[in-house]
Amino acid sequence: MRIALAATCLGDAMFPQAPTAVVRLLERLGHTVVVPEQQACCGQMHVNTGYRRQAVPVIRNHVRAFGPVADGEWDAVVVPSGSCTGSIRHQQSMVLDRAGLAAEARTATAVASRTYELSELLVDALEVTDVGAWFPHRVTYHPTCHSLRMLGVGDRPLRLLRAVEGIELADLPEAEGCCGFGGTFALKNADTSAAMLADKVRNVTGTGAEFLTAGDYSCLMHIGGGLSRSSRAVRTIHLAEILASTRERPWLAESAGGAPVSESSGTMRSTPAGDASKGATR
Amino acid sequence: MTTARDEVLARVRAALTSGSAGSTGMSSSAGPSDDGMAADVSREYRESGEHAVGSAAALELLVDRLEDYKAEVHRVSAAEVPTAVARLTAALPSGDDVPERAESAGSGPTPGPDAIAPAADTPRGRVVAPSGLEPEWVAAMSDGGVEVVVDTPEAPLTPSDLDRTAAVVTAARVAIAETGTIVLDAGPDQGRRAISLVPDVHICVVRADQVVQTVPEAVRLLAHHPDRPLTWISGPSATSDIELNRVEGVHGPRTLHVVLVDAASHRTLTWSG
Amino acid sequence: MTAEHTAGTSSTTTFLGMPQPADPLRWGSSFPEAARRELGNDQLRRNLGHATSTIRAKRAKVVGEVPDWEALRDAGSALKTQVMDNLPELLEELERNVTARGGVVHWARDAAEANRIVAGLVRAKGTDEVVKVKSMATQEIGLNEALEAEGIHATETDLAELIVQLADDMPSHILVPAIHRNRAEIREIFLDRMGDAPPDLTDVPRELAMAARAHLRRKFLSAKVAVSGANFGVAETGTLSVVESEGNGRMCLTLPETLITVMGIEKLIPRFTDLEVFLQLLPRSSTGERMNPYTSMWTGVTPGDGPSEFHLVLLDNGRTRVLADEVGRSALHCIRCSACLNVCPVYERVGGHAYGSVYPGPIGAILTPQLTGEPSDLPYASTLCGACYDVCPVKIDIPSILVDLRAREVESGSAGRGWGAAMKAASMVMSDGGRFRRAARLGRVGRVAGGRDGVIARLPGPGAAWTDSRDLPLPPKQTFRDWWAAHEREGADDERSGGDRPGSERPRTGRPGTDAPGTESR
Repeated sequence: MRIALAATCLGDAMFPQAPTAVVRLLERLGHTVVVPEQQACCGQMHVNTGYRRQAVPVIRNHVRAFGPVADGEWDAVVVPSGSCTGSIRHQQSMVLDRAGLAAEARTATAVASRTYELSELLVDALEVTDVGAWFPHRVTYHPTCHSLRMLGVGDRPLRLLRAVEGIELADLPEAEGCCGFGGTFALKNADTSAAMLADKVRNVTGTGAEFLTAGDYSCLMHIGGGLSRSSRAVRTIHLAEILASTRERPWLAESAGGAPVSESSGTMRSTPAGDASKGATR
Repeated sequence: MTTARDEVLARVRAALTSGSAGSTGMSSSAGPSDDGMAADVSREYRESGEHAVGSAAALELLVDRLEDYKAEVHRVSAAEVPTAVARLTAALPSGDDVPERAESAGSGPTPGPDAIAPAADTPRGRVVAPSGLEPEWVAAMSDGGVEVVVDTPEAPLTPSDLDRTAAVVTAARVAIAETGTIVLDAGPDQGRRAISLVPDVHICVVRADQVVQTVPEAVRLLAHHPDRPLTWISGPSATSDIELNRVEGVHGPRTLHVVLVDAASHRTLTWSG
Repeated sequence: MTAEHTAGTSSTTTFLGMPQPADPLRWGSSFPEAARRELGNDQLRRNLGHATSTIRAKRAKVVGEVPDWEALRDAGSALKTQVMDNLPELLEELERNVTARGGVVHWARDAAEANRIVAGLVRAKGTDEVVKVKSMATQEIGLNEALEAEGIHATETDLAELIVQLADDMPSHILVPAIHRNRAEIREIFLDRMGDAPPDLTDVPRELAMAARAHLRRKFLSAKVAVSGANFGVAETGTLSVVESEGNGRMCLTLPETLITVMGIEKLIPRFTDLEVFLQLLPRSSTGERMNPYTSMWTGVTPGDGPSEFHLVLLDNGRTRVLADEVGRSALHCIRCSACLNVCPVYERVGGHAYGSVYPGPIGAILTPQLTGEPSDLPYASTLCGACYDVCPVKIDIPSILVDLRAREVESGSAGRGWGAAMKAASMVMSDGGRFRRAARLGRVGRVAGGRDGVIARLPGPGAAWTDSRDLPLPPKQTFRDWWAAHEREGADDERSGGDRPGSERPRTGRPGTDAPGTESR
């Protein structure tokens, strides 16, 4: 398959390890990955914050960048983010339509219909659950809200994880509870967000896992930011990174030595717990 | 001067015709349809269940649900109803069913919550019955030494009268197995709404052939007389207002007895017909 | 004044309540501020956490046993859409049928008009006391306070409403208005304010309920006028319905001579048989029961049974404003089950008072701003996690409406200026691949803000809202795009040429020691 990768703005600029891992994984599975140069962002942040007018050029750019998939130039678009996939699928054409751009709205719909979140692409389109990965660590999985409820990925990520050799999966209590990120919610309602984060951090650290994984680096950035202030070392890692890891080329060594990576994910800190822990419910 | 009626209706019409410019595709409703009512209501839900009306399975389900709500179920044959009703009314509690409060309420100077049980001058076991209740049941209760007061449209009991009766005995219109619900429609054998509300104990006789499995089956039956006052009862009065814990027994009857009359006659019909 | 918790007149009380506001739809401070205050209340957090998790589990269990739940939701949603599309005709049909059955229909444009109508009706009966069934519509219009001003005392008869009323508090939940109270607090409120509570009252819920029973029974038996809301009004037959648990509704609807029902114009359903949908959806969604203990239905006046006089007050109070918005309109589909409150991670932590409206939680966040038509920060009081949409029995897409309302806030200029500038700038950058590439590279400049261990622990200005509670990772040394360019140059899947690995520096601390391939192989 020829698969176009939407790296996402956050993935490109802040968490390159996720799109990099997607490339590694898909190429290992024998597929051709394309990264359209024109891509930037899906527009979700603008739409969800209420800046629909400002979202229009962002969305148009995305639709232009990935338009060829609608013409069959590529077989699919893959996005290593549940919320970006959700925005592409449920918001883009609506916003364009409202802006009076009916033709582009139709293209957006066509692009969206061929756009998959990573676990959807693997399980549904590529029909694979065992990707031959090896990751000998204790891992807990957080189903992000948008992948769970907006996309309905169900247990696809868990099926992929269960097939990983060497992995030890720990159940996350209250897994389906929101981590409190919510994009600009974390800034506009910082106290409430921190209280939600504190509960998530407590649940994650309670699993005794070395790694917290999810299908979205935005939520991982949020939880990781809280985890890095907790006393327990739990690192955040994207689902794609685990699936990219093999016995021959373990991801952790790769990311430490070969792939770009933001440095902080799960970096242990000794900073005393801040507001996040203060807000914990008992 | 426009009336409030005209203005509200005008606002509603204006709201529906204006719409926001540039339909979003999120709301598919394009405005009022000509005929309106016929349009597009998908009814893919179950309009009836798999259990026949009055079947053993439907009855089992009803009993399970009723007991889950802490209603007391008594299964009897048709011939046993008078005895069952007489036995239940003869054994009526004084209304004092809060054991942990009983002593203090009895001895302390201040009336406890239990003092709302039948007042001191209430003949123990006074029972109210609707005027159309099966005479055989009334006779059996009277024979058991219970004072039966019949509530008639001509001489309705006052709320205070009702408050001085220990129990009420009624029939029912229909029962819904899946939800453990009994519906009264104020028919002559059920009486007006107040009589099944104020007394502390409600004894309700339900025939097997009145037991349907699902809500739609019951609603469609009730729709034949939609203007009758309806009371849907699912277990005794209850509240979940304190920490979301269910407490049975608040303002309505605190005890609900359901006398469920098994369809023995069905079996009879099978071999005779 | 802001709605801070203020000490009551009784010096010993520890159950300080939210004082009655002038406008039940808009009170208190901003949502973030109110939320911060409520978050600081450990007792509240515990009460809410316990209550919401209890009700969530109950709901999940009874919804799970309904095989056609999704079909029922579809039907409920479609019926409500149909109601909105045909509202004028249905309202007239309802009015006709209520009138034909001996009821009197009144129309109220707003809260003040509705309150005037009710007060006038009560006065005409020569009484200064009414008993009330819990009703959101009468909460919304501040009926009790309006009646009080006219010298009429309204007694709330729902247990939770009684608790709230006795404590001079505001409800914090649509279904369980005293959800913010635990049993010990309720005991204290009863002992202090009820007047006839047994002195040896304990905090056993059953005893508390019995105290309320005793307290209210005399009022029920003697009340001349009752005021209720309505869960459903059937246009086809003129039938009204109240869904309840305790029997206080039955008392009010049955015993007094006069019944006054205040109903929002959106509460209609077309046909009697449509009740078969809503009477399945509502109880399981709201209390997590297969069916609520009592549902009453009445049609006008029934001679010899119940009130001899029935008045129906049809209330607009902003509903037509909501109706005018094609997206927001579906907020009017709400059947007030409160399932969305119980699953909302924001509500669960901050409680109902933070929303500053009698309609709290997710549904409140879309209903309140639309009813008032005023700028509001409530549309932002959500992470858009979608849990509310999943449980809504009539499938109101609350997250999409929240997003829509945010756009309205922005377009009306009531969102913050700083945000506007930032969003505009971001739009510029994010609408072009080349501009984004350059900006992302520039982002690496942000690395100077970092501490020694690869995270940003404190940002200046608005960014502090993030770093108050979380670290922020440093931007990577190499963007994905740059890595990809190198990757392509080298040919796919050939990493071993080590010339182009700008990210190769090892992180300093804290990584579990698994970097070397194979060290943990079994």
